[in-house]
Amino acid sequence: MKCRKCGGTAVLELRRHNAAFCAPDFIEFFRRQVGEAVRRHRMFTREESVLVAVSGGKDSLGLWDVLLQEGYATTGLYLDLGIFDYSKESRAKCEAFAAQRGAPLLVVSVEQDLGAAIPEVQGATRRPTCSACGLSKRYLMNKAALEQGFPVVATGHNLDDEAATLFGSILHWQTEPLARQSPALPSTHPKLVRRVKPLYRLSERETAAYAFLRRIDYIVDECPFAKGATSLMHKEILNQLEDVSPGAKHNFLFGFLEKGRPAFERLADVTLNECARCGQVTTGTLCGFCKLSDQIKRAR
Amino acid sequence: MKVILRNPRREVEVGGRRRVRELLKELEILPETVLVIRGDEMITADTVVGDEDVIELRPVISGGRA
Repeated sequence: MKCRKCGGTAVLELRRHNAAFCAPDFIEFFRRQVGEAVRRHRMFTREESVLVAVSGGKDSLGLWDVLLQEGYATTGLYLDLGIFDYSKESRAKCEAFAAQRGAPLLVVSVEQDLGAAIPEVQGATRRPTCSACGLSKRYLMNKAALEQGFPVVATGHNLDDEAATLFGSILHWQTEPLARQSPALPSTHPKLVRRVKPLYRLSERETAAYAFLRRIDYIVDECPFAKGATSLMHKEILNQLEDVSPGAKHNFLFGFLEKGRPAFERLADVTLNECARCGQVTTGTLCGFCKLSDQIKRAR
Repeated sequence: MKVILRNPRREVEVGGRRRVRELLKELEILPETVLVIRGDEMITADTVVGDEDVIELRPVISGGRA
């Protein structure tokens, strides 16, 4: 197979684009897609400091790599979830990545704020572990950004992540998440920082290829709690569709963003309050993170 | 050829020359879910692989996020 751009030997075929690329031209394609996402959604400017949430995986480290290459002012944020060796290894990958590039990295322990590490959440709440973990990560990302003065947090969510989330929300017709799902969420409250997903135009296979070609040392193994997660099942279903109909995931997500989301957005009318305990933003009286922390205390 | 799979890590031996596309089909792996790596290079689905090759099929799926 030949590279669409230079005619050299291709290393990756992108069926949904009806194209194949050699390594340098794929890296160039990848960076352009990130650039397009940042511009189109006005995610951040070159004058702003961006907090990049990194997990040690291919997506977030790939994202940080692109932003550093493009000269953006970035700081990494690693959230230590306390998931045994998995967390130790992923933290080491983030620290090594940051050290090699001379980039600053903040480390925040979930246990310190939540009162327990993620493995302990199981049993304390009826929430699935991945859901409690996601809630904690969103909370701590926002808190860290506010405390350190960052106007924006960037995460490594890719096209497959976004398509799987969309699929899950539609299966249950969860209109509130549908109204909120976007590559860029503006700050709608002084205590809520902007959240952006610069990789939303790139598939999971493309982010893995970028990380491999850039020789980024990332954690390939799966989080032990992810086994059997619903989102993985949704990804598998979407990949089966993609196999017989290249571009299915792209069309599903991009069609929603263009035509579906505006309809749900009109319906959403949420009042934001400050949590009575911690002061972070919530739609209720007590925020989800403080409730989860209470459940853990009660379970002990 | 030796084929290395992950999550969990395991190795399978496959005999004979064939294209990567056919190898994936035999192993019932969707092309969208893996990078195909030979040595330290990625290869495309039309590449012919043979007995002497060591092929890593690296999964690209991550998650568990709710």
